[in-house]
Amino acid sequence: MNPPVRGGGVILGPQGPEPSEAGRFGEFGGRFVPETLIAALEELENEFRAAWHDDAFRSEFSDLLGSYAGRPTPVTECHRLSDKLGVRVLLKREDLTHTGSHKINNVLGQALLTRRMGKGRVIAETGAGQHGVATATAAALFGLECTVFMGAVDVERQALNVWRMRLLGAEVIPVTSGSATLKDAVNDAMREWVASVETTHYCLGSVMGPHPFPWMVREFQRVVGDEAREQCRSILDGGDPDYVVACIGGGSNAMGTFAGFVDLKDTALVGVEAAGLGLETGKHGAAVNRGVPGYVHGMRSLFLQDEHGQVLEAHSISAGLDYPGIGPEHAALAASGRARYESATDDEAVSGFVLLSSTEGIVPALEPAHAIGWLERAVGDTIPSGSTVLVTLSGRGDKDAAQIAERLGSL
Amino acid sequence: MHLESTLRASRDTGRKLLVPYVTGGLGKDWLDVVRACSDAGADAIEIGIPFSDPVMDGVTIQEASQRSLDIGATPESVIAQASELDIAAPIAVMTYYNIVAHMGHARFASLLANAGIDAAILPDLPVDEMKRGGWDATARSHGVECVLLASPTTTDARLVEICAAASGFLYAVSLLGVTGERKGLANTAASMGARLKAATDIPVLLGVGISTPEQAAEASSHCDGVVVGSALVRRLLQSGGPIEAHKFVASLRAALDA
Repeated sequence: MNPPVRGGGVILGPQGPEPSEAGRFGEFGGRFVPETLIAALEELENEFRAAWHDDAFRSEFSDLLGSYAGRPTPVTECHRLSDKLGVRVLLKREDLTHTGSHKINNVLGQALLTRRMGKGRVIAETGAGQHGVATATAAALFGLECTVFMGAVDVERQALNVWRMRLLGAEVIPVTSGSATLKDAVNDAMREWVASVETTHYCLGSVMGPHPFPWMVREFQRVVGDEAREQCRSILDGGDPDYVVACIGGGSNAMGTFAGFVDLKDTALVGVEAAGLGLETGKHGAAVNRGVPGYVHGMRSLFLQDEHGQVLEAHSISAGLDYPGIGPEHAALAASGRARYESATDDEAVSGFVLLSSTEGIVPALEPAHAIGWLERAVGDTIPSGSTVLVTLSGRGDKDAAQIAERLGSL
Repeated sequence: MHLESTLRASRDTGRKLLVPYVTGGLGKDWLDVVRACSDAGADAIEIGIPFSDPVMDGVTIQEASQRSLDIGATPESVIAQASELDIAAPIAVMTYYNIVAHMGHARFASLLANAGIDAAILPDLPVDEMKRGGWDATARSHGVECVLLASPTTTDARLVEICAAASGFLYAVSLLGVTGERKGLANTAASMGARLKAATDIPVLLGVGISTPEQAAEASSHCDGVVVGSALVRRLLQSGGPIEAHKFVASLRAALDA
């Protein structure tokens, strides 16, 4: 293990554990992709492993996180929200990063790797558009060509982010197949990668997909958890939070956060999935709560499926959580019981959105609004009053303001 | 279990092999389409079991798969209907691994065997994951052959492993890309054919992006034959049926025999 690398005030902690042989987290993970992609995945695995132990790479990554992305992000203690809920709430402020969400951490790492591999183009999938914007941003910074696949439904509901990506020089391709959301954008990005793998890096946006992506993206995101652990200790006089809570689509902000706390046995880890219109309605994105093991998007993990193994469409008010699967390391944490996976409905997310805005002056993205909404319901029930809770605020809500304004009407 | 033996026997007579692909459950007359392909000179037929997220397929087969699912096709229904086929040509099913895993290896293999289906092609189950999960062993114990794919990016070391584990035939992906018609034969097709022929005695068929009789003839000069999917399925999507399928497959046959 290398010593922590310091650059621009950012502290990169030591490397986290690799998955076991063949990219497994417990029984999940692996590499279930067309043969054409195997060589590129092996190259990526080797390059990432070498880079992640290379002090020069780590320094450059750390410098970029500091001087470009604006890290470290603060942990903010929410006094008014804490009074209202009866628990002590701390927020890890990924909303304050450049581009407005945690996605920037991962894309800066992958852009550095793309350059290291001598490739001149990146492709990406995006749901809410946050990862697409982050990828387009990194591509502009590094002078890479960039193509982003986005479900046609999401292109509609996240028009501002589409415009931003195009402004940054990216090509945005609306995906009309299947449910025309994030799952289908991943399919089309994988198909494009099969065709262009020799010159193009697939900048996958979450802790999902074939090995080494779930491991690599967790490592690029663990700065969230590593920073938050230190920051919490300084706020809590050396103590740790009782609960660490994050929303889950594919699971990258949660995995990055959990990585900093997973060895603290007294800290409970809670992922909050999208319950959409309600778990009982079938219109949700709760892959841990309602999914079964399967093989989709290159990994063995948990997916919403019908009785024949066809993948079901997910539903969420939030485009970023509208995904019928989850990263394999989360599936393994759920299986071992180390983390627990709860859910919040569309209505609860909107309630969390309004609550955080009105009590703290912080407008959250709809994705982490699920974590706030769940907390609002859970205090006094599964979360004892007086607990200390760290919530990762994975992104800011500007992109969602128009949608929520339409839903709520005049306030 | 007679896909490879049938293909080898035909190859040994100097014949170039032709394997058309038909999406299972695509319309009421899909079994007649399969029969028409067999009558028109196919050496084997590939039947697609539709999956919701076919990442190795381009727009044509995506659309066919979705249409088939929309009108109620299931893995069980496609296999059950295929069991009614009384054609001479051996049959391979092509689907994605989630369908197999969801049903369970043993149940899927036994359904295929009982339906008289000879082989399975699973393009998202590469050789190492196939062996790790044991699908090949289960398939073999039920007499089901495992067609494997090799691609232009496959390393020499992997190619040895793939050739050793493949049965039925070796599916040589002619280009970097997913299934779909192309204007011309990819320039990687010739080298793929030659490289795989030098590596194995199993029948080598080039597929992906082989769309016309001319392309089929040119591709087959580098290997033992061709798989043609999207060009046929497009005709079926454009309201074509057994007659059009027969005509198109016969034109491929004629080009291969010329």
